[in-house]
Amino acid sequence: MTTTTASTDAIVDARGLSCPMPIVKTATLFRTLEAGKTVEVLATDPGSVKDFAAWTRSTGNELIASTQEGSVYRFLIRKN
Amino acid sequence: MTTLTALVTERPFAAPAEPQPAVQPEPESKAATKDFVIINWSGDLDKVWPTLILSSTAAASGMAVKVFVTYWGLLPFVKEDRRIVGKNWMQKMLTFMQRPGISHVKLTKMNFLGMGPWMMGKLAKENNVASPRELLDAALALGVEFIPCQMTMDMFGLTRDDMIEGLGEPAGAATAIEIMTNAEASLFI
Repeated sequence: MTTTTASTDAIVDARGLSCPMPIVKTATLFRTLEAGKTVEVLATDPGSVKDFAAWTRSTGNELIASTQEGSVYRFLIRKN
Repeated sequence: MTTLTALVTERPFAAPAEPQPAVQPEPESKAATKDFVIINWSGDLDKVWPTLILSSTAAASGMAVKVFVTYWGLLPFVKEDRRIVGKNWMQKMLTFMQRPGISHVKLTKMNFLGMGPWMMGKLAKENNVASPRELLDAALALGVEFIPCQMTMDMFGLTRDDMIEGLGEPAGAATAIEIMTNAEASLFI
């Protein structure tokens, strides 16, 4: 069982969670990460699209990708 | 879509493999830390909820967050197992009328003898909204500093031992003024 893909170092499964828990979960994981690591976040809260853009701006982390597959939003974020 | 689902069930919230340093409540950003302050005056469910959502999110966004907890706002931060607190009958009357603890907060409107909060809790659960209890735990874990008001604690007959673990040192109005004027944003809720 692999724990990471080639492009990501960790994953946050925030599917089913409402604001602010996707951000809270992601921020909690980010505190344990070194700079340069990439995290994939999965969420179903439609508000998370704007929220992850805002959160990465506030924290100085980089939102590499923000995509949607069905009802799942996928964010790729690099810790700076 | 299938690969995505398979991927997720295999590694829910997987941390990186290497050993982790202890979680430190330090800001994410390398830029100068911004302060965010809330004066939490109300002990009502519909006001404590946004206090906890905003404070935990601000901490998650790398801000230094202080919440000054005063007046009715103190009661949700009393230990859940406390029923009647205080030394004299008037103080005891307060907590007889309003049961303290984060899980016993009432609504400002449509309380209907507890029917309103019960329905609100049920709606929150159905919509996967975190409960005040979960949000309080998240806020504390993210390093939000809750500062209880010494004067109101004395007035209500509350001791440090009545209050939950993890709160800051009790302080007064001058501390509230100082943290508010130094903050990037401050709210009175």
